[in-house]
Parts: sequence; C-alpha cells; structure tokens
Amino acid sequence: MSKSAKGVMTGLSILIALVHIVPFYILITMSLKKTADFSSRWAFPKYFQLDNFSEAWKQVDLGHAFFNTFTITLFAALLLIFVGSLAAYPLARRETKLNKIVYVCFVAIMVIPPLTALVPLYNMVVSIGMINTRTIAVLNNVASFLPLTIFLYGGFIKSTIPRELEEAARIDGASIMGIFFRVVFPLLKPITATILILCCVYVWNDYQFAIFFLQDASVRTVTVALASFFGENTNNLNLVAAAALIAILPMAILFLVLQKYFIRGLAAGAIKG
Amino acid sequence: MNDLAKSSKLSHPKSSKRKYRVGYSLFWMYLPACILVIIFIIYPFIDGLKISFTNWNGFSQDSKFIGLEQYKRMLSDSTTWLVVRNTLIYGLGSTILQNIFGLLYALLLNQKIRMRSVTRIIVYLPVIISPLIMGYIWYFFFAYQDGALNDVLMALGFHQVNTLGNMHLNIWIIVLVNTYQYVGIAMIIYLAGLQSISSEYYEAAQIDGASVFQQFKKITFPLIAPAITINMVLNIIGGLKLFDVIISLTGGGPGNASQSMSTYMYSLYFDQQDAGFAATQGILMMFIILILSLLALAFFKRKEVEA
Repeated sequence: MSKSAKGVMTGLSILIALVHIVPFYILITMSLKKTADFSSRWAFPKYFQLDNFSEAWKQVDLGHAFFNTFTITLFAALLLIFVGSLAAYPLARRETKLNKIVYVCFVAIMVIPPLTALVPLYNMVVSIGMINTRTIAVLNNVASFLPLTIFLYGGFIKSTIPRELEEAARIDGASIMGIFFRVVFPLLKPITATILILCCVYVWNDYQFAIFFLQDASVRTVTVALASFFGENTNNLNLVAAAALIAILPMAILFLVLQKYFIRGLAAGAIKG
Repeated sequence: MNDLAKSSKLSHPKSSKRKYRVGYSLFWMYLPACILVIIFIIYPFIDGLKISFTNWNGFSQDSKFIGLEQYKRMLSDSTTWLVVRNTLIYGLGSTILQNIFGLLYALLLNQKIRMRSVTRIIVYLPVIISPLIMGYIWYFFFAYQDGALNDVLMALGFHQVNTLGNMHLNIWIIVLVNTYQYVGIAMIIYLAGLQSISSEYYEAAQIDGASVFQQFKKITFPLIAPAITINMVLNIIGGLKLFDVIISLTGGGPGNASQSMSTYMYSLYFDQQDAGFAATQGILMMFIILILSLLALAFFKRKEVEA
C-alpha cells in the first residue's frame, strides 16, 4: 500500500469515528448545560451544570431503578447459566430418541420472537398475580434466552469436551451430578462467558418486556423509569440527557474494560444464533 | 471435531444398548428448562392462536368465539398494511444499510492503519447501549425544537426541518438510527470473516496481475459469504422486531405513520383494548419474520454453495 493511500484510509477511519461519536458529544454537552441555556447544542459549555446529574438521579429515582435492573440481570444470568447448562448436558451427551426430539424443539423455538405472544403472555402473568414483580421479569427473560443458551452449550459440549474425562470420573465412582458439576461445568467457562455477556447486555437494556411487566414505580427498571421521565420532561431535555448519560455509564464502562470479551462474546452469540 | 465423538462411540459399543432405557436420557436435567419454555413461550403461543379467534378486549370476562373475523378485519384494515409496509422498510432497509456499511467499515478497518482499534470501539459502542436510550440520544439530534441538526441548518441559513414529525421522512430516520446502533455487529462479523482469509490468496492473485476489484470479487466476496448469510438473517430479524427506538423517537406517530408491528400490537392492546385483534397481529408478525428469515437463509446459503 502506498503512503498516500494509507493516509486517505487513516483519514476516512478518523472521519467515521467522528461521525459515530456525534450523538454522544451532543448528549454530553446537553447534560452539562442549564435548561435556560439556549446556545447551540454543538457549543461546548463554558460552565458545568453538575446539578443536572444529582437532580436527574433524584427525580428519576435512579438508585432504585439501578437496583431493580441489577437484581433482575443478576438473577436472570445465574438462573440461565444453571438451568441452561444442566439441560444442555444430557441433550448433547445422551443421544436417545427423546433427547433428540427435545433438542430439535428447543432449536426450533429460537425462531419464534417471544414478543409476538405478548397478549396471552401478559394475560397469563396478570391472572397468576405476578404482574409488577421482579420474579416474573427474571423468569420471562430466562425462558426467552434458554433455547439459544442450550444451543450454544450443546454445541460446545459436543465439539470440545472429551468424553474420556467423564468416563474416567464414572469409573472413579462419581455420580452424574458430581461429573457434571466437578468435571464438565468447569470446562464450559469460555462459552459461559459468552452467554453471560449476551444475557447481561440484553436483560440490562431490556425495555420491551419491562414496559409490560414492570410498570409500578417500585419495580421499574432503568429503561422504564427513563421512558416515563422523558414523557414528563420534554421541556427539560437537559435533565433527560443527564439521566440518559448516567443510565448508559455502567454498561459503557464495563464494555471499555472488557471490550475483547464483549466483542468476542456478542459476535459468537450472533454467529451461532 | 466430530471425530472425537465418533471415536469414543466406537470404543464403547455397549453404550448403544443403554439408549433404550428412559433413565439414560437424564430427562430430569432438562425438565426445569422445558417447564420454563412451555409456560413462557409455548403456552402463550397456543393461547395467542386461541385469542385471535375471539373478540376479547383484554380484561373483561366475556369473550366470544368469532372464527376468522379478526383475520378478515386484518386484511381490510388499512393501518395493518401501513404497519406491515413500515415493518418491511425497517427490516429490509436496516439490513441493506447495515451490511453495506458493515462491510465497508470492515474492509477499511482491516487495513493496517493508525487508530483503527479506536474507530472499531467507537463504531461498536452503541451495540451495548439500550436501544430505547439510543433513541432518546438521537432525539436530541433530530428534535424540531433546538435539535442539533436544526442548529446546523439554521446557522447555514436554511429553515428548520421537522424530521421526526414528517411521516415520509421519519421512518427512514428510524432505519438510519437502527443502522447506526447495530452496524458494529455487522462490522465485527465481517472483520472475523476477512481475517480468516489467508493472505496467500491475495499474494498469488497479485502475481497473476489481478486488480484490487478482481481480488475482491474472486477471493474476498466468496470467502466471506457465510458472514453475509449470518448478517442478513440477523439484521432482518432485528429490524422486523423493532420496538424501543420507535417508542423513543416518534412514539409511532404522527398518527400511525411510523408504527411497526410490535408498536402497533402494543397500542392495540393497551391503548385500544382490542386484545383479539392484537393477538391476530402477533400471529401475522410471527409468520412474516419466519418466512423472511427462512427466505434469506435459503437464498444466501445457496449463494454460499455456488461460491
């Protein structure tokens, strides 16, 4: 590659980065300005209205919302990993007729977008009295992620975990549970990391399910709280911007620290999904 | 990788006998997963079919079986067709744009240039942000009152434009925002595809005097075909399900102009108490997603084989 071609490409790459960063730049300038500041959105403020952040935190009750989002994400991830890996093991290892059928069913369910059954799902949740509970958000998220999780774990077990290890453990007298938890599960670490990242990003950012099941202020997640705050404050977008900035910060920081795992995990999940 | 499984099967011929014992299936290990999926996916799906044959309003006790009335109503409902058209624009529009830009970005950022990893991270960042919040962030850019875009237009002496309130323009803005958010995934998948191509092919082609364009057509393109398939199917499904970003940018408006099937279903159920009809929309949506993703899969899989 000639030097000038390289220069043009570097320039293009910087241009792309600049274009992609524009919305974040606007978000930051907005969150730092007073509501009465009518300067251009592009102008960087000469002062920092840091009160916006504390005000937004208080008004949106972000502390509470973060707690709800965090709890739901944590329990959904733990339950998903446990139920998913436990299910995938026999489906991948014991190829009986029954297991083959069950596995195919799980894979087939992946093509059904869960939200298309919104009406009956909402109806069911109301009738069992679990609307506005964090539990239902956890269970529902786990269920919608289970088929993909079982598919990913199943593929990983089939292709990378040697049967000889399990045979050896069996000869040593280990039970099925012992083999699974002591021998197999520790070897599933790479794919578990992938599933964990996939699940956490989606559950943390979920709005589609949360808006149906978590409308009460006490169980609202960050996205639901922010949506209702936006609805009430269209005249005070600077506060909304401050709230939005706080809301995206935890995931953004986590991404910047663990970017390799994030990119690999989300891409792997996408490729296999 | 299958060799391992095969060889271990061969070395344990006895295991085939055990296959017929129910206990050997270890079905209790996947029982919890089955129960969750049956309660939260399969049962609602079947119940949704049932509700679509009724005139249920979503909360009252009485609901009457009315056969295919809701389906007939759907066919003659102009809003449904508008919403289906929008959904197709969201799905296909985002798919085309994400793949074009994803591939171009990947080709560029696969070169050994300075700062490329910074650009990759910036392009990828929106993927991990809630699409609802991403919609709000872009709202600040496109808003009629004091939006960043109108600031620029006015500084240049143009009139302000009401991009989000214009029913012909705003669906394309939504396509653009969705593309911006998820082009990073397409880029990463293409990058992985490009990096798996051995540089020897290009060296050989250069010796034979192939142009850059010929190299792309004869080497790069066929070898990244699997990445194209994945991206197409992934983006179509993502685009057809679009919900959050529409809520935060336009709320489906003005009127129903930018409504997608998901948002329309939501408003039918919660705002118009028309649960039977909403369930019918859900069934239609499932069929559209299924048919289009299978078509895309079949079409691009065939291309892969040819390549």
